[in-house]
Amino acid sequence: VRTVVVTGVGAVTPLGVGAPTLHERWSAGASGVAGGEAPCADFDPTAHLSRKEAKRSDRFTQLAVVAAGEAVTHAGWDDLPYDPDRVGCIIGTGIGGMATFEDQCNVLATAGPGKVSPLAVPLLMGNAGAAAVSMRHGLFGPSFGVVSACAAGAHAIGAATRAIQCGDADAMVTGGSEAALTPLARAAFASLDATSTTGISRPFDARRDGFVMGEGAAVLVLEEEQAARARGARILGTVRGYAATSDAHHLTAPRADGSGAARAITAALGDAGVAAGDVDYVNAHGTSTPLNDRSETLAVKTALGERALTVPMSSLKSAIGHTLGAAGAIEAVATVLALRDRVAPPTLGWEQAEEGLDLDYVPGSARPLDVPDGRPALAISNSFGFGGHNAVLVLEAA
Amino acid sequence: MATDTAQIEQTVIDALVEIAPDHDELTREMSLEEIDVDSLDLAEFGQIVEEKLGVVLKGSDFSESITTVGDVVDLVVARAA
Repeated sequence: VRTVVVTGVGAVTPLGVGAPTLHERWSAGASGVAGGEAPCADFDPTAHLSRKEAKRSDRFTQLAVVAAGEAVTHAGWDDLPYDPDRVGCIIGTGIGGMATFEDQCNVLATAGPGKVSPLAVPLLMGNAGAAAVSMRHGLFGPSFGVVSACAAGAHAIGAATRAIQCGDADAMVTGGSEAALTPLARAAFASLDATSTTGISRPFDARRDGFVMGEGAAVLVLEEEQAARARGARILGTVRGYAATSDAHHLTAPRADGSGAARAITAALGDAGVAAGDVDYVNAHGTSTPLNDRSETLAVKTALGERALTVPMSSLKSAIGHTLGAAGAIEAVATVLALRDRVAPPTLGWEQAEEGLDLDYVPGSARPLDVPDGRPALAISNSFGFGGHNAVLVLEAA
Repeated sequence: MATDTAQIEQTVIDALVEIAPDHDELTREMSLEEIDVDSLDLAEFGQIVEEKLGVVLKGSDFSESITTVGDVVDLVVARAA
């Protein structure tokens, strides 16, 4: 099987614009949550896009395009180093162009069907992010969107990894994006009792009461290892493994015993050819909802056995809230950089243990990763979505 | 009537600036390709012109002979007459 390496990363998150900003600020314990939400407050689309590009794209596409631009530059792709037919793009999203959808519903209701914009569909469609990135960078290979709620970013990276492994492409630009801080999305998640009423994201803490909505995007450049080395690319890490499973259980609730998630973790480790004892760090899905954090803890215990009791496991959602379909990609980027620097960033706000939630959630502040034998650090990154979609990536430092 | 034509022309130019926001000053000689206007933009342009001038344009109205800003202005002026 062909090996897939990470050669570039980009991110726009509530911690700021740029993947290094995400990594450094999370590791320093900074939070992007303000007033019960986590917007990308520093993101000004017109600072990165032409007026026409900004007008032609929903915010979720704008975030994806800027994250992709950073990743491609980071990879050293000033000019595309491959035959464009051999490079594709997969960008996940949970919802797509929610703000456009709501705006146009309002136009329909107040002004009538004749006033609905011809740009409505091309802006709101869930594949708009992938389309914009492929157009901007001239990628002629396979490109599409992935929709699996809060697992979409991880599924996208998994699908892109498979595309390279099986020879459909030599390189892929992949990640996830979400911009759903809109009145309907807020009301809908609140109506489900999914979001925190206190406005505090504190995954795995006994007082957790739901997730805090965030927005953002992250994109990785993946390349086939030999091709990357041949062009002298700087390699940041390796996508060692991937697996996806389904709970086939409930539209929103995970299986209480975490068995669907556990099967994904076990299968991903099998795909990577590594054992539970090889896992140096777990980047948790860790939403701060009562159900997820309990079932995920059980899943990690089931899949990692004794290693679960000692491995550091932290949730980026403690710092940036839940970015839904972007989360898996933002977490993958954060994990690649954490592994490179051998650091376990903290789960912010964790103070009170709950019975049964007894893993090492890295409370307080970041901690150096203990990696034996001088080998590259290895992590799993968990993502679980409404609908019972479970996706797990196994990432390794270069 | 001349004033009316001038007003229509200005309305058309304003609408084109709206759909080509990276170009503040448009001249009749500029090609639609040059100002990066495509079929989606023309659909939006048609909506603006219908609202402001009551002129209904269809996609098929923008035939291959309509290639410049001046062509678009003339098309709308002729339709508004």
